[in-house]
Amino acid sequence: MTKQLHLAAHFPGVNNTTVWADPRSKSQIDFSSFVHLARTAERGLFDFFFLAEGLRLREHKGRIHDLDVVGRPESLTVLSALAAVTEHLGLAATVNATFNEPYELARRLASLDHLSGGRAAWNVVTSFDAFTGENFRRGGYLDRADRYTRAAEFVATARELWDSWTPDGTPRPFAHHGQHFSISGEFTVPRSPQGHPVVIQAGDSGEGREFAASTADIVFTRHGTLEAGQEFYADVKSRLARYGRRPEDLKIMPGVTVVLGDTDAEAQEKAADIRRRQISPQNAIVALEQIWGRDLSAYDPDGPLPDIDPDPDSELVKGRVKVGDPFTVAAKWRALSEAKGLSIRQTVIETSGRQSFIGTPASVADRLTEFVTADAADGFILVPHLTPGGLDDFVDRVVPLLQERGVFRTEYSGPTLRSHLGLPTPVRKG
Amino acid sequence: MPATRPLHLAADIGGPPHYEARHYTALARLAERGTLDFVTLGDSFARPGLDALAVLARVAPATERIGLVPTVTTTHTEPFHVSSAVATLDWVSRGRAGWSPEVSTTEAEAALFGRRPAAPLADLWHEAREVADVAAKLWDSWEDGAEIRDEPTGRFIDRDKLHYVDFEGRTFSVRGPAIVPRPPQGHPVTVIDASAPEPRAAAVRHADVALVRAEDPAAARALREELRDRARAHGRDPERLRVLVSLPVELHTTADAVALAGLIGDWYEQGAAEGFQLRPAEPERDLALLVDGTVPVLQHRGLLRRFYPGATLREHLGLARPVNQYAHAGSPS
Repeated sequence: MTKQLHLAAHFPGVNNTTVWADPRSKSQIDFSSFVHLARTAERGLFDFFFLAEGLRLREHKGRIHDLDVVGRPESLTVLSALAAVTEHLGLAATVNATFNEPYELARRLASLDHLSGGRAAWNVVTSFDAFTGENFRRGGYLDRADRYTRAAEFVATARELWDSWTPDGTPRPFAHHGQHFSISGEFTVPRSPQGHPVVIQAGDSGEGREFAASTADIVFTRHGTLEAGQEFYADVKSRLARYGRRPEDLKIMPGVTVVLGDTDAEAQEKAADIRRRQISPQNAIVALEQIWGRDLSAYDPDGPLPDIDPDPDSELVKGRVKVGDPFTVAAKWRALSEAKGLSIRQTVIETSGRQSFIGTPASVADRLTEFVTADAADGFILVPHLTPGGLDDFVDRVVPLLQERGVFRTEYSGPTLRSHLGLPTPVRKG
Repeated sequence: MPATRPLHLAADIGGPPHYEARHYTALARLAERGTLDFVTLGDSFARPGLDALAVLARVAPATERIGLVPTVTTTHTEPFHVSSAVATLDWVSRGRAGWSPEVSTTEAEAALFGRRPAAPLADLWHEAREVADVAAKLWDSWEDGAEIRDEPTGRFIDRDKLHYVDFEGRTFSVRGPAIVPRPPQGHPVTVIDASAPEPRAAAVRHADVALVRAEDPAAARALREELRDRARAHGRDPERLRVLVSLPVELHTTADAVALAGLIGDWYEQGAAEGFQLRPAEPERDLALLVDGTVPVLQHRGLLRRFYPGATLREHLGLARPVNQYAHAGSPS
């Protein structure tokens, strides 16, 4: 059979992807918005629905960043509620392994797996900054290296807990004594329908790739081109054998955007318009300030890039991951701006996009299929730019074409997320 | 007791643990059919069972009016996560959430987390009071209307309507603001079992609903007066505290259900409390008899309403939406 592709829906939340000024953009908080997007995804037979997480509001120049969509409900609680209004759709929550404890989180995830009949997934992320830590008992005590070892031990400990009941349904005492956690007792939840909720992981560093290969069921990536995707795919899949795993045991799913039009030219025009609306003049200056670490509010977004150098010691921006060495990024931006004659805003638009599939439904279906059959991905996490109707067109117009091409399911074959993904139920250890 | 105020009725839907949603959904729907104000679901890290808040979030879209009050422990959990989850229960239920703060007292529970040893009850309830306090601050940390979507200035929010809480407790601190915008009820309803002295001290400060256990109407009335006096001493309006008698019930026949209605009616008319939280021995059996036997009798006596007059749990309880502690009405912006 032709290789099948997997699809997931990201609920657009706190970012500048969402074009919030569009009249079709509704609440990112009301439950009805979650219901709409989840039911659309399920109508499209998607594998899962994906929620990101926020633990501290971003700051810019010492004040709360106010230009982007902000404010979101807590993921696991929303997903528990969505389990009531969907039947098959997988329900994936991003939850931090730094500011949670294995016992409580393993219990919440196992509860979601029971309450959804085996549809829970956990996107494991880490945090190291004291800025986020100011909201937690833990504080910001972890350095970069420790956050990965804690995350790995966290997942391993959660799996010990999920395995701790006997097959006949009685709790069995567990004890875990490791570098980060020393805990013992009895877990309160029997083994859940999927055995273990599906584990998702993001990250592109060597450590991140190794962690994914050893631990994850899905890796969430951000690779721009077919070639970069193929390189990542081949590298990560080759690492699996070291852990006694098969290539198909880990699904590689980049986050992508899709813009559809009746002609390719119309789609390109729509995409350019969306990018202009995502990068408002104010947002363009903020993006620049994030690289330069300086107050650049006096600059004209439609004018040239500043000729002063970045401040490497700046604390102008908090709560955002730094994208790289500011001097290197600034040099790259300047070169691009000079070569193409781009303004500040045009430069930001040019550099800040993610992988996009832009075209007619047929050409998008072809490109998605190409990525998957050429082993650049196993599927995609779609990031719409509108809440909650941003996937309506894709489901109505692209999914049927993927089905015609024989690369996407025409019905759910089983009840659990693992069954959608073709992943086996984990073998109980101990 | 003002005669115009309806009797409030709640039921616990715990009992032996179940691991499928439909069990709890059926019970909550049954309670809703009886126009009960809310259902409670206990929780603990120490005994088998699913996370109660997750269960009631799963129940929320399958019900329309009934209030949903899970037990939430405050001892080994993160106050910031707790406040977010309770606020989210309010969002997904469109204003029907409550929470019942509890503490974890045992070494066995402490060992599940491995972060710190078990502590004396008074310390744990002191901390639970701080959690209730910081939760309310976080819920208020977004003023209503903070989301402005102002296209000319490019601002999605008015950051002057967002507030750092800068809470420093004995065992934790929280900077804020919340990630979750202010929930529909302003504050989800806080329900505290005020039977023991330590939680009672929390109830008089933080509870919207206090549960009391009493042998007879006179004892219940005395407890209610004590709670109201102490709430007043903390600067609260006692009219904003609902006291419910928590009663274990075991119903086998319609006659039992009618007898219960008689007891509830008599206690209520003697001013024992503003209502009752019933704790069935077997929720499936007892709740059906309660809804089909006890409720109609109370309705017939004119003590219990026949329909939900409002949509939110606060409306069921006749409690106003709290004023935001950070918003200063009429002050210059």
